[in-house]
Formats: sequence, structure tokens, C-alpha cells
Amino acid sequence: MKKYVCSVCGYIYDPQAGDPDNGVKPGTAFKDLPADWVCPVCGVEKDSFEPQED
Amino acid sequence: MQPVRIAENIYWVGGIDWDLRNFHGYLTQRGSTYNAYLVIDEKIALLDTVKHYLFDEMIERISSIVDPSKIDYIVSNHVEMDHSGSLPMLKKIAPKAGIITSPNGQKGLERHFKEGWDYRAVKSGEVLALGKRNLHFVLTPMVHWPDNMVSYMPEEKILFSNDAFGQHIATSERFDHEYHLEIIIEEAKKYYANIVLPYSEQVKKALAAASELDIATIAPSHGIIWQKNIADIIANYRTWSNNGTQKKALIVYDTMWKSTEKIAHAIQSAFELGGYNTRMLNLQHNHISDIMTEVIDAEFICVGSPTLNNNMMPNVAAFLTYLKGLAPKGRKALAFGSYGWGGQSIGQIDEVLKSCGFEVLDGIKVNYVPGSDELKNITEKIGEML
Ligand SMILES: [Fe+2]
Ligand SMILES: [Fe+2]
Ligand SMILES: [Fe+2]
Repeated sequence: MKKYVCSVCGYIYDPQAGDPDNGVKPGTAFKDLPADWVCPVCGVEKDSFEPQED
Repeated sequence: MQPVRIAENIYWVGGIDWDLRNFHGYLTQRGSTYNAYLVIDEKIALLDTVKHYLFDEMIERISSIVDPSKIDYIVSNHVEMDHSGSLPMLKKIAPKAGIITSPNGQKGLERHFKEGWDYRAVKSGEVLALGKRNLHFVLTPMVHWPDNMVSYMPEEKILFSNDAFGQHIATSERFDHEYHLEIIIEEAKKYYANIVLPYSEQVKKALAAASELDIATIAPSHGIIWQKNIADIIANYRTWSNNGTQKKALIVYDTMWKSTEKIAHAIQSAFELGGYNTRMLNLQHNHISDIMTEVIDAEFICVGSPTLNNNMMPNVAAFLTYLKGLAPKGRKALAFGSYGWGGQSIGQIDEVLKSCGFEVLDGIKVNYVPGSDELKNITEKIGEML
């Protein structure tokens, strides 16, 4: 599964790790994150994320 | 208005804000400084500026060294207006100066100043050659804005760290060997607690990057410059960013007719008996920004409010909103309060404390006025939970 990078603060969403602090289980793909999920570091919404380039 | 020499041909040329007592809601009882640094080499660079109303002071300092119109580069390590607020005035005096900033810095500055300035957006690892000396840029996003970066000069071993390691202190002394170390550390702690705390994970990354650098001087954008006590401030940043706590309990409350205050004292007794250091922090007398300095190393945060009009008291709500945003991790907490009827405040506080991710003990709720037996029971009950 693809990692996504926050374009504002550089936080990387790793689907393998999920975001357990905010109720997102490990193994959750970026596209399956709830619509109201925000960057756990800077608080911007999902549309500020870009797929990580390899 | 004299500049202060930091190294050969490198000067502090900032502004001293002796009268500042409130920095967007953070009480700055000691005032502050906005530190700008001038590097004279084959090229002339100014690192950061000052709040707009101290522009003349900065220019006076620069002018005693060099004609400010000769500045080639302005390095903007951080968009926030305490450091970039003088850019428009400076650009009028030094029109040929290019602005070096991070990509997010350029975006932020363009939103503040609608000017077609000559920007150069740099990434981590890029270098600006000034002649004999160079500036290496390291992006430090979210310490504490997306645009933050620091500049490192290897030839002089100076880290221009911007807000990181800063303190709100207005002094004519510029170096840590000239001033009281305990006060500098206390103000650095308050700064960390009120500005940097939510971004502790990013701080850890920045500290890891900094540990690879040979640093003899940390030149922050507020307060005193670190030279003699670099190891101390780095060690403190490490502790604070790791949420290191001590056996310390805060009892933060507001009260109407002293019933919630009585409960507060009963809770304090339990912690005293349990060997904790305690702080009684009545919100009518303690500012939330001072309470945050105590929060930074406190294991327990007890929050109390009577119920007023079916709600917690506004001072308590303000504290909880501030606390939640600054997001300390791994704390224990407890809600308490007195009520006449309804009694919603205790549940409301409990809910916020849980949403902070704290381990929350059972709340304490007393109708109207607690009797001496009830107070004794509260002390005992909490004692059993410690
Ligand atoms: Fe982010
Ligand atoms: Fe700032
Ligand atoms: Fe600042």
C-alpha cells in the first residue's frame, strides 16, 4: 500500500502503521481513511496529502 | 542601539521589546527580544528581522556596521510576523536583497505580503555561499510552523535556530554566561510549554539532525544566545520532547463559593501524603500560560470547576482548550467540583481530559458544600488510587 505525505508539514501516513492514536487501525489504506481524518501533526485535511514518490 | 559581536564579522542586530507583556495570549512578564543576525562577508546576509515596530532599532544597529542598502540576502527562517514583520520596510531600503526561505516560507510570505519579491526557496541540505563562510539550511517543519527552517554556519559552528531554544527575556546581555542560567532555562521551559510542546515528535527529529552538527553557538530568534550551557538546553529539550514527568501533581481549578476549593485542598492532601510535589493553581490568579510551564513535567493534572449555568466555568474551559491544543502526552488526570443541581461540569471536564488521551481517574462530585467527613473520604479515596 502506498504511503502519503502531508504537503504542509511533511508527516508521512504509512498504511501499515495506521494512526492508532486517532482510531485508525494498522493496515488502513489512505483512501479508506475516514473523511474527517486530519493530519495528526498539523491538522490539515486529506486533500493536502500527496502520494509519496519512490 | 549598539550591535553585539558574535564572531568575526557576525553581529546580533535585533530589537529588544522591553514592554512586551502579552505574546498572542502568552504572558511575557520579562519582555522579549527579536534576534536578527548580520553576516558580513563577500556577500552580506541578514538572518531574520524584527517585529515591525522595532525596525528602526534594527536599522540603527545595522547602519553602525554597514549601509543596509548593501544587504545581498535576507534569510527568512520563519514566516511569523515577530521575525518577518520588518520585511516590507527592509525591502524598501535594500531592494536588491534576495529572500532565502523554505518552500512553505515563500508561500506564507506571499500570503502576508502581496509583493513580487525575488525569492529563492531552499530545501534541506542546500547551501548559500557568502564568501569565506556558508549557510547550510535544514528544514524543521512544525517546529513550530510548516515554514520553519534553521541555518547552520559550519565555519563558525553557529546554529541559527530561530524559535527553537528561544526564551522571552528582554535583556541587554546577549550570552548565557552573562545572565542567570536558572531564569534562562525557566523561560526556555515556558517557551517550550506554550509554543513547541505539540510538536515534540518533530523536535526529536530536529535534535537528531542537530546531534550530527558541531555546534559552539546556538543563536535563537528570542532571548539569550547559548554558548556555555548548550549541553543543558539540549538535555532539557530532550526531556521535554520525551514528555518526561516528575512526581508532581497540579490542582487547577476555579471556584464560586469555595466548595470546589475545599475539594481541591482535600485532593492536594492526598498527593502530599503520597509523596508528590503539588501546585495549587486557582485560575482566578494564575495565567494559563504560566500553568503550562508547570504542566510540562507534571505527572498528574487535576481540574476542578463548580457547575455554573449547566456548564463548567469559562476560566476552566479556556484552560482545557489551551491544554488540549498543546497536547502533553502520557499524563494522569482527574475531574472534580461542587454543584448545587445538575452538576454537569465534572462530566464535561472528564470528557475533555479523556479526549486529551490522559489516563483519567474517577471524578469527584460534591453537592453544595463538602463536610469534613466527605473531605476526609476524598483524601483517602484518592490516596488509594495513587
Ligand atoms: Fe501535516
Ligand atoms: Fe514562531
Ligand atoms: Fe518567534
